[in-house]
Parts: sequence; C-alpha cells; structure tokens
Amino acid sequence: MAEAVPVAAESFAGCRARAARTVLGQVVLPGDELLLPEQEDPEGPGGAGERPLRLNPGTRTRVRVVCGPGLRRCGNRLLVTKCGRLRHKESGSGGGVYWVDSQQKRYVPVKGDHVIGIVTAKSGDIFKVDVGGSEPASLSYLAFEGATKRNRPNVQVGDLIYGQFVVANKDMEPEMVCIDSCGRANGMGVIGQDGLLFKVTLGLIRKLLAPDCEIIQEVGKLYPLEIVFGMNGRIWVKAKTIQQTLILANILEACEHMTTDQRKQIFSRLAET
Amino acid sequence: MKETPLSNCERRFLLRAIEEKKRLDGRQTYDYRNVKISFGTDYGCCIVELGKTRVLGQVSCELVSPKLNRATEGILFFNLELSQMAAPAFEPGRQSDLLVKLNRLLERCLRNSKCIDTESLCVVAGEKVWQIRVDLHLLNHDGNIIDAASIAAIVALCHFRRPDVSVQGDEVTLYTPEERDPVPLSIHHMPICVSFAFFQQGTYLLVDPNEREERVMDGLLVIAMNKHREICTIQSSGGIMLLKDQVLRCSKIAGVKVAEITELIQKALENDQKVRKEGGKFGFAESIANQRITAFKMEKAPIDTSDVEEKAEGIIAEAEPPAEVVSKPVLWTPGTAQIGEGIENSWGNLEDSEKEEEEGGDDEAIILDSIKMETGEVSDIGNQDAPIVLSDSEEEEMIILEPDKNPKKIRTQTVNTKQEKAPSKKPVKKRKKKRAAN
Repeated sequence: MAEAVPVAAESFAGCRARAARTVLGQVVLPGDELLLPEQEDPEGPGGAGERPLRLNPGTRTRVRVVCGPGLRRCGNRLLVTKCGRLRHKESGSGGGVYWVDSQQKRYVPVKGDHVIGIVTAKSGDIFKVDVGGSEPASLSYLAFEGATKRNRPNVQVGDLIYGQFVVANKDMEPEMVCIDSCGRANGMGVIGQDGLLFKVTLGLIRKLLAPDCEIIQEVGKLYPLEIVFGMNGRIWVKAKTIQQTLILANILEACEHMTTDQRKQIFSRLAET
Repeated sequence: MKETPLSNCERRFLLRAIEEKKRLDGRQTYDYRNVKISFGTDYGCCIVELGKTRVLGQVSCELVSPKLNRATEGILFFNLELSQMAAPAFEPGRQSDLLVKLNRLLERCLRNSKCIDTESLCVVAGEKVWQIRVDLHLLNHDGNIIDAASIAAIVALCHFRRPDVSVQGDEVTLYTPEERDPVPLSIHHMPICVSFAFFQQGTYLLVDPNEREERVMDGLLVIAMNKHREICTIQSSGGIMLLKDQVLRCSKIAGVKVAEITELIQKALENDQKVRKEGGKFGFAESIANQRITAFKMEKAPIDTSDVEEKAEGIIAEAEPPAEVVSKPVLWTPGTAQIGEGIENSWGNLEDSEKEEEEGGDDEAIILDSIKMETGEVSDIGNQDAPIVLSDSEEEEMIILEPDKNPKKIRTQTVNTKQEKAPSKKPVKKRKKKRAAN
C-alpha cells in the first residue's frame, strides 16, 4: 500500500484525454478520460511513432476491446469510474481487456462469480442467501446436485453456501446455483458446520485466486487445511484445531499489506513453531 | 442496508474458541485493544481508536439561559451518533434501540457522575450559563462502541477550552482567543466505561468484546469508573444472572483498565499541549504525510545553471544604464530628511499624533461609529485585517523609525497610519460588549 505511485501531472488538466497506453499501471481517477490506441491522434506527439505501418491506411481494422470494472463507455469516450491502477491484458486479436484495479470491500454480483453466501431465509422453494451485495440472492432448492422435488437438500438458516451466480444484473435479483451446467456439484454446495468465516477486501481475494499465487502454496505447506474463497470477499477456512484455524485466518488477512520478504519471514517463523 | 447475518459456523467457532480461551485477534481474555488518541487542530476535537472502532468527539459551547430549577448550573449535552459510514446496518436519522441505550449510558456516565463542575459554567446566575455540547460520531464500528465513546467524550472535554468571560456589573464581556487565552473546563475526575461480555450464562468472560464477539455474547456488563476506583455507573444488560463475586471481579479488572487508560489520556493530552506550544505539526495535520498519492506534490523542474553567470553578465553589459536620478533632500524637521518622491512625511507630526491618541479615549467610539456608517463594508474589511496589519499604534511607529526599510514600505505604512487610524483601534473594540439579556 505504501508504494509511492507516481501521479502524472497531466491528471490535473482533467479535460484532456490521455492515451490508455501511457497510463498503464498508473493511478487513474474517476472522471479521467482515456483514449484507446486506435483513437489516438496520428498527428499528435508521439502518436505517429507508435503506430505500425499499414498496407492500406485508409481502412481501419476493427479490434475488440473489453472494458472491465472501473471503466465505462460513454458514446465515443472511455471514462474511468473508479480510482485505482489501470490494467491491461492483451488478447489474441489485439484489443485486449482494460480494467481498473481498485481497493474495495463492497461486492457487486457478477455473473459467473463463485461466492460464499449465508442462508437468511427459507421461503417456499427458494432460499434467500446473503452474499454481501445490495440485495440477497435467491437460490432454488432444485439447484443442488441430485436434488429433486422429493429429495430436498438439507439447508438450514445460517448455513454457508458456496455457489455460482447465473443471473446478476443491476435490474434483477441475483440468482445463485450450486451446480454447473452438467448438473454436477463441482465443489459447490453447503459448506461444513465447522471452520471460520471471515471477510477480506475484494482485491486480496483476487490476488489469492490468481493462478500461481504463492501465498496459497505457502499456506498449504504450513498446516493441512480446507479453504474456500468467495469472490465476494469471504473466506472460509478450517484446520485441525481452533488455534491453527485462527492463525491461518490472521495470516491471510495480514497478507494484504505485506511484502513478499515479510511474508516469507513470517511463514518461516510459523513453520518452526 | 441490512446487517450481514451471522452464520452458524461463525457462532459455533467463536463459542468454541472462547471456551479454549482464544480470541479472534489473538488477545487474552482480559486484554484491551490498542487505544489511540489523536487531536484535531481546534481545541475540543479528538479521534479515539479502539482497535478498529473509531469515534470522533467534538465539543462546542454556547451562552444560553439556564434551566429554571438550576439557575447557577451550566448545561451539559451529550449526543452520540451512529452514522451509516460506521456500518451499513446503521440507518441514518433513526433512533435505534442501541443508540438510545448508548446515549443514555453516556449521559449517566458523564453527567450524573458530576465529573464536570457545572457551577463553574455559570456566568450570570439565572441569566447566562455555558451550554457545553459534546458530539460523538462513530466513524467505524468494530464492537464496544460505549468504551470508545466514553473515552472520546472525556478526552474531548479535557482538551476543550471555552472563551474567557468577565463580568463587570451588568456587563458581560466575551473575549476572543487573541485577547485572552481560552480557559479549560474544570474536570473533577474522568469516568471511563469498561465493557465485559459474558458467554454461556456467565461461565466465560471477555473484556472489550469486538463486533463478532458482541454478536454471540449472552450478556454485557458495563462499569464506568474513575481512576480513584469510584464506580460512576454500572449496567448489566442481556438478562443474565451474575454472581456477587463475578461483579466484584469485574470491578477489580475495570479499576486496572481505567487506571491504564487514564494514564494514556493524560499522556496524550500533555503531548498535544507540548507540541502545540512548540508550534509543530499537531492534530490530524501530522497524518498528512508525503509520499502518498493523496498528498500534494511538487514536481521538480530541472533548470540548466551551467552558464548562468555569463548570461547574466551579458545581459547586464547590454542593458542601458538606468537614468540618473537627481534627488533633492527635503528637510522636514531637524534630524530628518526625505529623498525622492513620496507622500508627505509624517515624522514631524509624530508628537502631535501621540497627543491625539492620548486624549482620544472617549472620542474614539464616536470616530469609529461615524466611519462605520460612512463606509459600511470597508470598515468591515479593516476589521478583519486589523489584528494582522496594525495591532497596535506603537508598532507602526517602530516600523517607520526603522532605517533599513525601503522607502516604499515606509510610504504605505505612513498612509496606513493616517487613513486607518480609526480601524487600527478595532481589535480593542472587537471585544463584544454584551449586555445581559435582562
């Protein structure tokens, strides 16, 4: 967190749009306007140099660009709606994905996200599940593996559910399921009665769920454990004893603000005890 | 927004952990979370952090007429507010049960314990007393609001300074901070609340429960105590049966905790006083650090200074010499002279003006009034500037007599002496003459 992030002086100008490429990895603020490489003015300073030579300069090639969280398209313009670092990922076709990496705790349901919810009510054939969003999600009792009208899943109020969003948009109630498209649980369902649930920031969850996250590998070497990450910032963890569970929970929480060296040091100290 | 429900597994885990004498944040049973006290730039403003729970305290005062049945006592007013910023479950503008309970407890802890000398807040018996208002805002909720709020309230009250007042006959004069140093309130003792959470019908006890522990507790015992181990308030809620020796043990623990916190508060107050005296960064201002993206930053502009000297010499050589100024010294009075243009020097009138001031006295008020009527706005501006530009007529004279000052400055100063004679008296007049209402 304490990293000194260079804030470009142009950001004070505000009115001038900046090329998205030049601010990659830098802090952008809500209201900033970005220019995609395709929109950059060819006559502008530096613009001509970056532009690769094309055989037919008259026709523009169309590239698909995806605006991730924190960015909004407004007609021809691309506006920033969250403060954070601008990120970019190249895709095969060229355009790629742009998004803003921000520090945030409030979860907004997104279709396809795996989340941990708490059952708050049972009404008729649906459960109401609190996922930390603005309204509770609904979960049909038939959306469990092997559930039929006769064979109801055993879910009590207060239980933890690990599921996936199938409907999540701003105008409708979000809907969860605990099966994949083949009708298999695939790890989803009711989470066991023991273990500890705690909340962390959404950024930490994304960091932990990154494909080659070192933290998870190091934690795994420490104690044998069961762990579930929900994209809504909730982590459920269970180890052999309460002491170990508490240690794991505190370590994961602390990981957010530690450098790699500090983390290594703490893990090695824990491994000795 | 609705409160996040507590899942069964959390509840079970917490209770099991408490049975094993373990807490989520690694504390022991009787451990208090870290208390951090920081002050604002103004007197009477503080933020108290108890772990992640934060409370902002702000004290303000006002002259009001007292209550009929207590003609010689000042009025104390406490108000705790649970803003939605603290936790999404708090609804703004609604008096929830929790809020009423906390406010009531705070009043009992601070007002009914008579920790503040309300009689010293009386200005004119039956007519004017000070009303001290303590506003507490919960900025973040992580359990144990009452302890944090009671610490914030007492710290803000200790830190607060009210304007000085003098009474002469019927006339009440209120002094601004520039004229007389504001006076602190007289505080007899510092009551501080300590909360105890009970689990499993009183089998297990925890000091300073955090938010999740508060949710699974069976009962709560709040003891307000001062460092002399005098109990100011005691309240048990949640409907659990407590044994006599349990309460006694809690009061013993409370005594220890209160002594620690009182010491911390005194240290923080002393520290703040010291820093204020030295004129260093105090209050929240010290938290504005550099190297943060939120801090203002000046970009360093590189300047090429390699051949500056040659360049400067070249410019000097090329430039035309300034026109010769022939000046005739003008002798105003023996021992003084004026060279060049300028407004008529007033050095000769020095003695006269002093005489004027001496005999001024009563006339001043008249001059002042007339000017006010003539140039309504202008005199107002002068009023604001007065303490900075011309606080005293003696100072002006010193500036004039200083030989090193350049003539331009002298000129403006002399103009000021002449034109703003009346406004220069303002700071004295600024003292609000308040006649008692009746």
